[in-house]
Amino acid sequence: MRICVLVKQVPATDKVKMDEKTGTMIRTEMEAELNPLDMYAVEEAVRVKERLGGNARITVISMGPLMAVDAVKDAISMGCDEGYLLSDKLLAGSDTWATAYALSGAIRYLGGFDLIFCGERATDGETGQVGPSVASWLNIPALTYVSKIERLEERYIRVRRAVEGGYEVVETELPVLLSVVKEINEPRLPNLAGKLRAKEMQIPVLTVDDLNLNRSFVGLEGSPTRVVKIFYPKLSRNGKIISGKNPEEAVDELISFLESKGIL
Amino acid sequence: MIGKEVFKGVWTLGEQRDGEISSVSYELLSWGRELADKLNVELSSVIIGYGLKEKVKELIYRGADKVYVVDHPSLVHFKPDVYSRILEALVKEFSPEIFIASATTMGRTIMPILATRIGTGLTADCTGLDIEPETGLLLQTRPAIGGNVMATIKTPKHKPQMATVRPRSRKPLSKDTSRKGEVIVKEYPEEFYLSKFKILDFVKDETSQTPLQEADIVVAGGKGLKGERNFRLIHELAQLLGGAVGASRSAVDMGWISYPHQVGLSGKTVAPKLYFAIGISGAVQHLAGMSSSETIVAINSDPEANIFKVCDLGIVGDLFEIVPLLIERLREYKEGKKNG
Repeated sequence: MRICVLVKQVPATDKVKMDEKTGTMIRTEMEAELNPLDMYAVEEAVRVKERLGGNARITVISMGPLMAVDAVKDAISMGCDEGYLLSDKLLAGSDTWATAYALSGAIRYLGGFDLIFCGERATDGETGQVGPSVASWLNIPALTYVSKIERLEERYIRVRRAVEGGYEVVETELPVLLSVVKEINEPRLPNLAGKLRAKEMQIPVLTVDDLNLNRSFVGLEGSPTRVVKIFYPKLSRNGKIISGKNPEEAVDELISFLESKGIL
Repeated sequence: MIGKEVFKGVWTLGEQRDGEISSVSYELLSWGRELADKLNVELSSVIIGYGLKEKVKELIYRGADKVYVVDHPSLVHFKPDVYSRILEALVKEFSPEIFIASATTMGRTIMPILATRIGTGLTADCTGLDIEPETGLLLQTRPAIGGNVMATIKTPKHKPQMATVRPRSRKPLSKDTSRKGEVIVKEYPEEFYLSKFKILDFVKDETSQTPLQEADIVVAGGKGLKGERNFRLIHELAQLLGGAVGASRSAVDMGWISYPHQVGLSGKTVAPKLYFAIGISGAVQHLAGMSSSETIVAINSDPEANIFKVCDLGIVGDLFEIVPLLIERLREYKEGKKNG
C-alpha cells in the first residue's frame, strides 16, 4: 500500500508568550515546528504501516520554504520512509486553493497514493481547507475529521468521523484522503534510531517546473484570495476580580453578575 | 470561475440533520440578509436533504427570498461527492456572486471541495463579513493563530466569493411568517445521486447534549480539578446552566475527559454567550480557543493566572469550595423560579 502524509511547518506554538499590554502573541523569530495536529496524521500512517507489515511505504510531502525540511525530517523520525519538500519562490503567497493545487501536483508526480493523510488543520492558518481541496483536485473521496479507522482493506476503508454531537461511521473506497483529529491516537516520540535516520536522509526538493505546474495557478498571483488587512485584537478585558472574599460572598456576586448579563 | 459576466445574488448553504433544518442555517441567513441588502440583491438559501419540502418555508420566514431545495432519499446523510456535484451544478446554473456556509464539519468539508471544483477562492471560519462599498466585493474577516491575529480577505477576481462562517457568530433573525418567497425544487438525473460514500451509523456523544461549538454556555474545567472524579462538578454545573462541557488541554491529556471537549489552539474554538473557566490557568493556547466569547467568568486559586486577564468576572479562590456552593445556589434559584 502506498501511503502519503501531508505536513506543514508552523510557528512553534508552545514557544508563544502573551504580551500583557497588548494581549497579543509574541513569537521568537524563526522558531518553527511540525504542525502539532499533523503529528496525529503521521502517527496514524505509521500505525497503518505497522499493521500491514512490510507491504506499505510512507512518503511525507510538505510545501514551504527550505527550512520546512525540518518538518519533513520530524515526520520521518517518527517512522515514515521518505520525504519530499515542495519549495519554490513561485509558490510564495499561495492560498489554500493554490497550495492544494501544488500539493496535488506533487502527489501526481510521485505516482499517486492509496491513502493520503493530513492533520485537521494547521495551527497557524487554521483553515483546514487544504486537505479536502487536495482530494478535490485529485478527484478522490475526502474523509474529514476522522477519529478512528475501523477497517482497512485493499480497496476499501471504514472510519469514524467526529461530527457535531457525536460520530458517524462511513465507508468509502480507496484511494482516499483522510484528515484526522487529535483523538485518533497518541503520537509517539521519535526514538534515537529514527532521529538518526531522519538526519541522514536526503530530502529531494521539488519545484514548480519539476511538477510541470501551471504557473498561473500558484503563488500569490495564482491565488483567488488576497489578504487585504491584518490587525491585532485586544484580548484583555479588564474584568472585575473578586479576591479575598469568603465563598458565600463570592458566589452571591457571581449570581448577580450572571443575572445582570441575562444568563439567569 | 472567472470571466462570466453576470454573477448576482447572495447564497447561503442550509444544513439539516435527519430532515430537520439546523439552526446554523438561520444564523447564516442573518449574515446573508445584511450582505444582500447592502448589495440590493436577492438572498437565496440552498438546502440538500430528504423530507425537507414542507419545512423549507422556515428559511423564507428567517430572511431568504428564494430557496433552492434538492430533496432525494439518497441525500439523508451528508455525502461530500454528491453534495458537491449538486452544488456545482446549482452554482453554474444560477451564478451567485457570494456563497457562504457555516464552518461546521459539513461546511468545512464541502466548501473546499466545491471551491476547488468551481475554481474560486474560499475563506475559512469568518467572524465578520461586509461589503466593500467601492467595489461591492465581500470583505471576509477571520481570526488566525488562534484569534491573536485578525485578517481581512478579499476574492477580487473570482466568483462566487466563498466563505465559511463561524457558528454562533450571529443570532438568527426572528421568524416572520408574513415573509413571502419562492421555493424552487431542483431535480437531477439519478446518476447525480450515486456516491462513493456509505454512511452506516451515527452515534451520539452521551457526555454532551449540546455540541460544544453551538452551545450558548460552555463550562470548562482544567488542571485545577485535580482528577477525573472531580470533573463531575463541571458536568453538573453545565447541566444546571444548560450548557456544554469544555476542557483545557491538560484535562484532556490526563484523560479526565475526551478530546472532543478540548477548547484551544489544538482543540475547538468556541464563542458562546458565557464561558465559564474553572481551574484553568489560561495558557495562550487555551485563550486562543475561547477569547472571543461574549462573557468570560473564571474561578482559579492563583491570582496571577492568565485567565484573569481575559475574564469579565474572576473569582480568586478554591474551586472546591466555590463550585459546589454555586451548584447549590443555582439549584435553589431554579427551584425558586419554578415555584413562583
